[in-house]
Amino acid sequence: MGIDLAFLWAAIIAFAVLAYVVLDGFDLGIGILFPLLGEKQARDDAMNSVAPVWDGNETWLVLGGGGLLAVFPLAYAIVLPALYAPIIAMLIGLVLRGVAFEFRWRTERGRFIWDWAFFFGSTVAALAQGIALGALVQGIRVEGRAYAGGWYDWLTPFSMATGIALLVGYALLGATWLIMKTEGDVQRRARRFAQPLAFALVAGILVFSVWTPFLEAKYMQRWFSFPSMLYAAPIPILTALAAWRLIASVREAQPSPDSTVARHEREPFLATLALFMLCYAGIGFSFYPHIVPSSVTIWDAAAPESSLMFLLVGASVLVPLILAYTAYAYWVFRGKVASGGGYH
Amino acid sequence: MDMSALDLARLQFAFTISAHIFFPAFSIGLASYLAVLEGLWLLTGRDVFIRLFDYWIRIFAVAFGMGVVSGVVMSYQFGTNWSVFSDKTGPVLGPLMGYEVLTAFFLEAGFLGVMLFGRDRVGPRLHFLATLMVAGGTLLSAFWILSVNSWMQTPAGFAMNDKGQFVPTDWWAVVFNPSFPYRLVHMVLAAYLTTAFVVGAVGAWHLLRDRGDRPSLLMFSMAMWMAALVTPVQIAAGDMHGLNTLEHQPMKIAAMEGLYETRKGVPLLLFGVPDNEAGVTRYAVEVPNLASLILKHSLDGEVKGLDAFPRADWPHTLLVFWSFRIMVAVGFAMLAVGVWSVIARWRGGLADARWLHRAAVLMGPSGFLAVLAGWITTESGRQPYTVYGLLRTADSVSAIGAPAVASSLVAFFVVYLTVFGAGTYYVLRLMSRSPNQGSADSGSHKPHRAAVAAPGSHGAVGGLSSNGN
Repeated sequence: MGIDLAFLWAAIIAFAVLAYVVLDGFDLGIGILFPLLGEKQARDDAMNSVAPVWDGNETWLVLGGGGLLAVFPLAYAIVLPALYAPIIAMLIGLVLRGVAFEFRWRTERGRFIWDWAFFFGSTVAALAQGIALGALVQGIRVEGRAYAGGWYDWLTPFSMATGIALLVGYALLGATWLIMKTEGDVQRRARRFAQPLAFALVAGILVFSVWTPFLEAKYMQRWFSFPSMLYAAPIPILTALAAWRLIASVREAQPSPDSTVARHEREPFLATLALFMLCYAGIGFSFYPHIVPSSVTIWDAAAPESSLMFLLVGASVLVPLILAYTAYAYWVFRGKVASGGGYH
Repeated sequence: MDMSALDLARLQFAFTISAHIFFPAFSIGLASYLAVLEGLWLLTGRDVFIRLFDYWIRIFAVAFGMGVVSGVVMSYQFGTNWSVFSDKTGPVLGPLMGYEVLTAFFLEAGFLGVMLFGRDRVGPRLHFLATLMVAGGTLLSAFWILSVNSWMQTPAGFAMNDKGQFVPTDWWAVVFNPSFPYRLVHMVLAAYLTTAFVVGAVGAWHLLRDRGDRPSLLMFSMAMWMAALVTPVQIAAGDMHGLNTLEHQPMKIAAMEGLYETRKGVPLLLFGVPDNEAGVTRYAVEVPNLASLILKHSLDGEVKGLDAFPRADWPHTLLVFWSFRIMVAVGFAMLAVGVWSVIARWRGGLADARWLHRAAVLMGPSGFLAVLAGWITTESGRQPYTVYGLLRTADSVSAIGAPAVASSLVAFFVVYLTVFGAGTYYVLRLMSRSPNQGSADSGSHKPHRAAVAAPGSHGAVGGLSSNGN
């Protein structure tokens, strides 16, 4: 049998996590920007633009976690205790912002509480995910089959920097989503935020790219030795291209002629997506074949072949199906968000 | 008080799972009820069905949201607090949870948006399909997660590898492990009954205020049919589940019966205080031979007591004993309400059965109580193991410090209490409004519905909603 099931599963899990990051990224981003969006109507529109899809977006996180448990149980068992505090913070953030989608429509007097919970929860979740990413990149100490580090190993200047970078990235995804999905005042505001956020994200990516190779000799070798450098080369080149398109497109601030989505309203979002994917590819390039840097490889962590195969049979049918009906759900709610829509 | 990381992790799991179970117990039943309502509306064209659908979908949205967020916490807690368990059982249980995500969570989440917001965009038929998908998703989710839980109770189809992991050898045996079919049926029926009693209580509440409230009468009637027809089935299913437990986890049965000594002609204890230290059940009030009759179908059948098992393996008998009795008592109270409703129908209709309405209001939360008590019985009856007889709870926990678990426990406690307290309040407030009134703000599907004035709805505003929106 020539199929490397562990590799295949690593690719599927990587895809799930990427799907999570970009999808929940924009709805978390809307939460991060929420207090800056202005009056009630503007906030209603912003929230309505993601309300039909946020739950599906977050399900990719459950697939990332559940999938990890299923196919790389050792990695799950090491990484989660290692990132204990950021994970708990993320979960609590997700609770607070998740319920806000419903609760803020159920009360007049208490709406400000849930607006605040939506902002606070989204911000905490974004920061915690960024910190968790940084902690993973800087490496996790393992002994035997368990995490061997301390309870605050995740807290370093590097992880703080990645936390802030991801917060900025999500906010930018949110802002560019709003440019695409809304009109009028909300859209104008989103454009105003998108410009500084775009510069900040590009700066963050630069800092991250320069800093990372110094954390770990393997990263340095992978990026700056021959011939692996050649394989890596497209990543920075395409990143530069995406960054240029992003910065150029957020500057063009013409109003939309009608309620369709014009090209210049889509491009900032697509360029931000491209940046996220490229950074993700870069991190993957640094990690591979480790799943817990730099001690556990995907083959060390993989569950027995019968587990991998059993779930793969279902996943190969179900994941395309999920993508199809998720795409359908997005298509149903295509175009600009309508004011006052919904069942509330 | 000095608690170990293990105690704290157990407390955290007990707290977060208990908070979580309320939401699925309600949303599994409510999703199916919504599908029935919308199906009946499409079939009959009767306005009242869509009116009830619109009424319950808002409540569903709030409850479902709380279920989602408390569920995400569960899916990560296995790793944070129970990493050794995750490493050892991941190859067997992980794929089942993976299937739960792939078949159920995505289905629910993907179609929930269309169900809540999309009726104008997709039309009534596709919308009905979305509702069916959401309802089907909740049932699939129950299927997989109950398979996981049942495997922990009655593990099958596995071997151990050299890393100390459980590895699958027969997936069919893993998924359909011995206790799974019983637990699945028992839990799905429990979810349906939980919802039925909530719906019944809301209907009864509004009928007490206005007996001419047609939509409330309809939902009350539907709920009472469920109570009358499903409760007997549930009691029978529970009995079979109990016999299955006797076969595979006799020690749990001994704890449920407060039986310390193996004997024949075992009485059924109606009351008692089991004392593990002394090895006796004090203050017992008993019905002679009844436990033998129930468990062995013979008056002098022999039932194993806790003395047949090592002392170190005993569960917390007092907890198992009482949670079981509460569940059973609630079950019979449900049956009584169901029978009462049949008599009331026969004697001239449900609209004027005031005392039945009052009883139904009182029984509104009964399903939640029974579900919680039942889960406490089966879960604490599994202790001191996570994988019954094979992996001890003490050997499942992460190597974490007590302060880390304690702080996360406090954080969950505060956030859950605030958030789910508020959510429950909002749900109650929605319920306090009659489905017969206030359709003006749900205008997204007016074309399908003739405008109905709300006749006789004066005075129908519940106390809770008088100061709300």
